[in-house]
Order: sequence, then C-alpha cells, then structure tokens
Amino acid sequence: MADTCQTSSKPRPKYLGLAEILFQIKLPLPGKLSILHRVSGVLLFLMLGPLLYCFQLSVTSPADFLAFKSFAANPLVRLLLAGLIWAYLHHLCAGIRFLLLDIHVGIDLVSARQTTVIVFIVSLALTAFLCWRILL
Amino acid sequence: MINRIVVGAHYGLKDWIAQRATAVVMALYSLYIAFFLLLLRPNSFEAWREVFSSGFEKFATFLFVLCLFYHAWIGVRDLWMDYIKPVGLRLTLHVLTILVLVGYAGWIAGILWRL
Repeated sequence: MADTCQTSSKPRPKYLGLAEILFQIKLPLPGKLSILHRVSGVLLFLMLGPLLYCFQLSVTSPADFLAFKSFAANPLVRLLLAGLIWAYLHHLCAGIRFLLLDIHVGIDLVSARQTTVIVFIVSLALTAFLCWRILL
Repeated sequence: MINRIVVGAHYGLKDWIAQRATAVVMALYSLYIAFFLLLLRPNSFEAWREVFSSGFEKFATFLFVLCLFYHAWIGVRDLWMDYIKPVGLRLTLHVLTILVLVGYAGWIAGILWRL
C-alpha cells in the first residue's frame, strides 16, 4: 500500500477547469449517460414555468387552446418541445437504469455498458416515436 | 467489514429515498398518461380538457406534480451543493428554489381545480 503511494508521481488532487472537462476528458459511455441525466434534469427544471403556463393556456378556454396551438406551430417552438421530449425520456430511461443499479442489478462492467447502450437506443427511439405522433 | 457509527440528522438518506420513491410514482404516472393519451388522441379543446377534469385525474396529476417538485428540489439542491461554494449565495439559491417550487405547486393546484 505504501509502495503504490510512493510510486504515483502525479500531483494529487488534480483540479480541472471547464475547458479540460469539456474537451480533454474522454468520458466512457456510462459517464456520458450520467452527465446527460443531469443536463436533461436541469433543462426540465428551467422549463417548468413555461410548461405550466402552456398547460394552463391549453385547458383554460377554447381561444387560449387555439392560441397555444398556433404558438406550438412555430418551428423553433417545435424544436424546443422535441428537445424537452428527449430530455424527459432520457431522464426517465437513465433513471430506471440508476434504480436498477441501486438494487444491484447490472453492476458488473459488461452489463453496465450494455444497459447504457439500451438506454440510449430506447430513449432515442421513444423520442422519435412521440415527436412523430405529437409534433408532426 | 466496516463498523461505522452513524450519527447526524439522517436527512441525506431520507432525501435519497424520497428522490427514488418520487421517481417511481412519476414513472408509473408517465406510463399511464402516455397510454391514455395515445389511445384517446384528444384533438379538440373539449376532449383535451376532459382528460384532466375527472376527480381521479386531478388527484393523480396533482400527486405527479408534487412528486416532480420534491424530486426537482433534491436534484437542484444537489446541483447547488456541487457547484456553488460561497455559503451565502448557495443558501440564497436554496431558498429561491424552494419558493419557486412551492409557488408552482400552488399554481398547478389552481389550474387543476378550476377545471
């Protein structure tokens, strides 16, 4: 134990700036899934207010419903809504994976990598399906 | 075998469990409402409004939103704890987050029970 401490010559702790985190560190796929879980959560939190307002418009009166519909017809709004659909589904699917990890399902390296690929495939396929049914 | 003496307020464990419990409730509601909407395909204002106006739907949607806000509180609190070091700023952001989420809870209750 003492030997390993002496042979490591790298200065520790190593402090990372934003540039290193973004461009230098190559995260493995499960790491990318994890940071996207956080990013999608932040995106959903930031959009809670606008989404509540949209929901209020859509159920208040026929005129407000139509106003919301024409607002949602804007391509930029559609792009944002597609992004939010992705954020919700990625957060959900990655979250189910984390719950399984919590109860020690799929914690060895091979299956942890496999479930990561499954989460990306399922969440992206569901995003495509819901965008097709709702936005197109 | 590590024998740790656990001391302190235990709110970390409580929040850890709450985040997962609320996640399960939200996942179940998401499945339920997704199947419901894909089946009914409400295309008019009346049909869309009808979806949320039954007593059960109001109750379920409100529970979902409360779980969402509690879940979001724990997640966003973790963000401030991870990235914001100055204590005063962190405390301010904690308080603002709580105020915003409690405000949202009141807002959605108002929307749902006016239906």
